[in-house]
Amino acid sequence: MDFSYSEEQTLLRNSVAKFLADHYDFESYKKISRSEAGWSRSVWKQFAELGLMAAPLPEEYGGLGGGAVETMIIMEEFGRALVVEPFTSTVVVGGGFLRHGGSAAQKEQWLAKIAEGSSVMAFAFAEPEGRYNFADLTTTAKRNGSGYTLKGQKAVVLNAPHADVLIVSARTAGGRRDAKGVSVFLVDRNAKGVSTRDYPTIDGQRASEISFDNVELPADALLGTIDEGLGLIERVTDEAIAAHTAEAAGAMKVLLDTTVEYTKTRKQFGVPIGKFQVLQHRMVDMFIQAEQTTSMALMVTLKLDESENERKKAASAAKVQLGKGGRFVGQQAVQLHGGMGMTDELNVGHYFKRLALLDTLYGNVDHHLKRYAALGD
Amino acid sequence: MDLSFSPEDEAFRREVREFIANNYPERLKGKNRREFSEREDFLAWQKVLYKKGWVAPLWPKEYGGTGWSITQRYIFNEECARAETPQLLAFGLSMVGPVIYTFGNEAQKKRFLPGILSAEDWWCQGYSEPGSGSDLASLKTRAVRDGDHYIVNGQKTWTTLAQYADWIFCLVRTDPNVKQQEGISFLLIDMKTPGITVKPIILMDGAHEVNEVFFDNVRVPAENLIGEENKGWTYAKFLLVNERSGIAGVARSKKQIERLKEIATSETVDGTPLIGTDEFSRKIAELEIDLTALEFTELRTLAQEAKGKHAGPESSILKIKGTEVQQRITELTLEAVGYYAFPYARAFGDNEFPPGPDYAVGQSGTYFNMRKTSIYGGSNEIQRNIIAKAVLGL
Repeated sequence: MDFSYSEEQTLLRNSVAKFLADHYDFESYKKISRSEAGWSRSVWKQFAELGLMAAPLPEEYGGLGGGAVETMIIMEEFGRALVVEPFTSTVVVGGGFLRHGGSAAQKEQWLAKIAEGSSVMAFAFAEPEGRYNFADLTTTAKRNGSGYTLKGQKAVVLNAPHADVLIVSARTAGGRRDAKGVSVFLVDRNAKGVSTRDYPTIDGQRASEISFDNVELPADALLGTIDEGLGLIERVTDEAIAAHTAEAAGAMKVLLDTTVEYTKTRKQFGVPIGKFQVLQHRMVDMFIQAEQTTSMALMVTLKLDESENERKKAASAAKVQLGKGGRFVGQQAVQLHGGMGMTDELNVGHYFKRLALLDTLYGNVDHHLKRYAALGD
Repeated sequence: MDLSFSPEDEAFRREVREFIANNYPERLKGKNRREFSEREDFLAWQKVLYKKGWVAPLWPKEYGGTGWSITQRYIFNEECARAETPQLLAFGLSMVGPVIYTFGNEAQKKRFLPGILSAEDWWCQGYSEPGSGSDLASLKTRAVRDGDHYIVNGQKTWTTLAQYADWIFCLVRTDPNVKQQEGISFLLIDMKTPGITVKPIILMDGAHEVNEVFFDNVRVPAENLIGEENKGWTYAKFLLVNERSGIAGVARSKKQIERLKEIATSETVDGTPLIGTDEFSRKIAELEIDLTALEFTELRTLAQEAKGKHAGPESSILKIKGTEVQQRITELTLEAVGYYAFPYARAFGDNEFPPGPDYAVGQSGTYFNMRKTSIYGGSNEIQRNIIAKAVLGL
């Protein structure tokens, strides 16, 4: 067992933190997220120049040879800064599908593009009625010569408006909720028959409702094995959960620090409200939740390559902590800021909203408690 | 950064496992510490570990520590929990021992450390008083210098297992005319000294675990003072922080959750195992997840310590979460056994079988007893005060 960061990892953390401190303060976040595009291509380009997209990708495909620990480091800093650029959907999810499911040719084609920042990906898995079950699909991909015809509707696809490539789950065999018969495809967002309705999300990101109206896919659009995509999706989303747990831990720490500072200056009854023990203990409980979430981010990051059962349990455990901890820290940060916590002006509400989104993404606390319990020892 | 064990670590695990299998005292098998009724029961396992040189993994090597890495300590704790060996008494090994080797003089180290390691001397802790619980610094037990002795008068309470103790380490007031914290001294007192009386306090589970200790003109040699007179509060705080390392009890809690799951598999609701019900499986899942978070919080703390950073006030989190998890396990175990939580285990003699399944016996007593954990060692509310002040700067 070894819990120390390498020199490169420490340098990576410092350079991300410094870049965000210089170029991505709260005002920049607001400006970027409220711009027409909803993200900054120039920031994205600079992320690539700093090597952030390359950091967790394999060297033979243009990456820097790091892995989940590098992702965790980057995501914790991104969580602190409320970054809206599509890093997780491109590098962690897109990169994950390619690393675990991609053919040599697909990796060759896409991973270097991800690493250099020239491709943006979004994962279209959710459907209007599917909730958190990745296999509950009405979108279908039917064999058509050597390729496939994709038809269906995807819901709330995060980062889709920025993406050039969509990764789409579809049913290729079996009944609506069958585990077998799920497949994953790489789809050009500008392909004929793809139509999107783009909109902002509560936390300043962008998403789309997407219709696939008999979209023709070539044979090499398939990622992984036909009908066996569910395991691949679970593996990749477990890795995304690890990344988002680190992101949430970063966001929680900002909320904690902001709240502690505020209660030291806000005076009522002639004293700073931070002197009241009832508030002190509330903030200690926020501290505990933030620390436990940091611990869970580390735990799941280090268990991603263990047995499938261990990995799934680790991811669900982390997601439960993220959900519960995020809700507690977010709600209490608003509460302790009083009326000011309710405003758009302060950063508190913005972190609260990001944590609320992360709580639900890839399944909420109830979903993951159930998944965890069903996995057994 | 990784979680894997090296071949050397695996070899160490085998060595520990084999050692426990071959050397764990027969008389203790199948008993937990709360069922011990004789003095020797508490000491038997410590004596075995002492002979092997494994009794004080946290001590510096020069004083009898093992020099183990974090990973080895982790493995050792896991193996002890797996074999369900009793926890060693903390008062000597985790409390006064580190105070003596950190602040004591050479003569004191020579005189007291060997007996602490070998279990020859049983130590108890004289901190709390009837009027001084969370506000420990308000303590009144008085020590007045008289030539080369101190004369001690006063009362300590909640003194765990004082009925067996050879020595007590006490916080005493040596200067009543200064700020509370500045008039306290740390004194080692032989329990056989005339003027000491021990009276049992019976807890709600029926156990005689704690006592009142009275001091009536007790003469204590001045050479038994640790460090400087009136500096005792510094040593007392060191002890409390030091005590918190290892207090999380992660390995033992894991084992107990395994036991809880076995019980919940045997117990049935409408003909199906309790563990299969949505309500109970959810509770167990939440508990396990909480414990996993605690485990990695502890590992992060240990990794900091290994880099030479001393355990700080953050370690209060380990006390809070560790005891919450321990209490929750006993709470769910009580729920799991249903009606067979009712029989009062202590009412049955050694040769009688209490009614109900074996696994239910004594579980309610354990639940009642474990409420102490969020009260002792600085209540969990005091731990929150510590974090608020020392970590958050409030």
